[in-house]
Amino acid sequence: MELREIVTEALGTLTINKLRTGLAVLGIIIGIGSVIALISLGQSSQKSIENQIQSLGSNILTVSPAGQNTGAVRGAGGGGTTLTPEDASALKSATTLTTIARISPEYARRSQVTAGRNNTNTQIIGVESQYADIRKLTVATGAFITDRDVSVLSKVAVLGPQAASDLFGDGTELLGQSIRINGQILTVIGVTSSKGGSGFNNPDDAIYVPLSTAQKILFGVNNLTSIAVEAKDSGVMTETQNEIGYFLLARHKISDPANADFTIFSQNDILNTVSQVTGTFTTLLGGIAAISLLVGGIGIMNIMLVTVTERTREIGLRKALGAKKRLIITQFLTEAILLTIIGGIVGMALGIIISYILTRVMNMPFTISPFSVILALGVSGGIGILFGWYPAKKAADLLPIEALRYE
Amino acid sequence: MISLSHITKIYKTETIETKALDDVSFEIKKGEFVAIMGPSGSGKSTLMHILGALDLPTSGTYTLDNETVSALSEDELADMRNRKIGFIFQAFNLLPRTTAIKNVMIPMMYAGVPKEERVIRAKKYLEMVGLKDRMYHTSNQISGGQQQRVAIARGLAMNPAILLADEPTGNIATTQAEEIMNIFEELNNKGHTIVMITHEPDIAHHAKRIIILRDGKIISDVKNGKRKKLWN
Repeated sequence: MELREIVTEALGTLTINKLRTGLAVLGIIIGIGSVIALISLGQSSQKSIENQIQSLGSNILTVSPAGQNTGAVRGAGGGGTTLTPEDASALKSATTLTTIARISPEYARRSQVTAGRNNTNTQIIGVESQYADIRKLTVATGAFITDRDVSVLSKVAVLGPQAASDLFGDGTELLGQSIRINGQILTVIGVTSSKGGSGFNNPDDAIYVPLSTAQKILFGVNNLTSIAVEAKDSGVMTETQNEIGYFLLARHKISDPANADFTIFSQNDILNTVSQVTGTFTTLLGGIAAISLLVGGIGIMNIMLVTVTERTREIGLRKALGAKKRLIITQFLTEAILLTIIGGIVGMALGIIISYILTRVMNMPFTISPFSVILALGVSGGIGILFGWYPAKKAADLLPIEALRYE
Repeated sequence: MISLSHITKIYKTETIETKALDDVSFEIKKGEFVAIMGPSGSGKSTLMHILGALDLPTSGTYTLDNETVSALSEDELADMRNRKIGFIFQAFNLLPRTTAIKNVMIPMMYAGVPKEERVIRAKKYLEMVGLKDRMYHTSNQISGGQQQRVAIARGLAMNPAILLADEPTGNIATTQAEEIMNIFEELNNKGHTIVMITHEPDIAHHAKRIIILRDGKIISDVKNGKRKKLWN
């Protein structure tokens, strides 16, 4: 018997009981569909987060103070006071650092802010004028902090759109309004455009003030929480990282890099960490979906076993008429594989459609990896063989006399 | 042509041993029409299974068309059934919701007969049993007698050494049963060897030779020259 004939026969048998065939296939459709959709969604959100991080600048390095070493315990990063404005100016003026384009020293701290009867708790960031360029921040109305503001300790503030609406509601004229931080009154001179971030470092939910004002007037400190360094281009990031590292080690008189009182990380480092997290998440989602695929496979096996019992007489007859064992196995296996392959193709289409719609709704880039498609089809075929084998073997092992006698 | 010598079949369960056939020997020559009779439990079904290469004897030798059946593997038995035996069952055993012509083509499909030839042969045999205008009807669209005629055509499809009929009229109305028996006689006149298992004397009297079994043994093996009823 040719393969084409076997497939035609199997298709014929499957169309006899359409409802049952449909239900058996449904399990696989849902299984494959959810695997494809969830993996695609995971990858889409990964891509979306990566794009967001990338938009913050791929040639930016951030130097932050390291946590204090207390015996064997290392404190959380960012808590130390080892980074100073002098470090920043030394970096600026150093002639040995050839790969640096611009530098932005920053002092950030969360604080309560009030404006009239409204108040909010937000990130106050002391910055210099280059901050906006390096951090890719644009001003929607008014102006950003200038060098002059920094040198004369102006009591001015630029609001992020989120902070602005928290303090003043929507639709108020913001320029010239006053806000109060730590008992000091500052005048609003600008509002930044929305960058659409989220989480702890949301550039929209922040208030920018001159660095000197933040340090001397608002908080009374002399250290920095970070120095943003813009490399000349993203190809020299590693060199830049090394140059800054050795420069600061020398300045801080530390001989062993393991004891460094600062850390330097690039957007790529963050990107890698985030990718790792979302990758794990995607795998987890795919794994959960794979369980439903397994359940679908068991459904196929169940249906095939029922079919074998139901068709016992037919199997007996086929054997009496000369069908060999292998042919019976092939026949039933073909039916099972057809079920799962059809389910796989429909499920794949469904998964892609669902993922496409959801990514559109959630405003994420739509991605579908050819790998997951090939995997889905391979797995569905494999499930057909795996779960079809036992019923097929059972059918082939029936004795023709017993099978013919079966009522 | 067909030769059974000292065939014994014992069925064993955990507690009891049943001797379904006890040292049965006979020969059937080419062109014979034999009816095997006997009350239920006489071993005629067991004999039919062995003759049909559906089961192997516990001891003894069965030769069909110069091939020894007794010592074959499962697949070799399947091949033997396919090439040498045309089955006609009491319950017709056609594939459900399948056309007559497709049913007739099944044994040829297993034998690897090319598709064009299958169609030609299937049409020829369906015509022979008088179903020329029912070829594309499915098995549930035709009467019991017609279904059994499809089964006869299927039995003839591989031009087998014997036609083995197991109670061929058991599920058919009396008038149609006569037609089936007429087809058998016609086929026999054309030279086909037919072995028929039945418990109905009316049916058995169509055969040329009648073997009667009781308790797994042959108690009578007579020529039915005049083809008359044996007893009433």
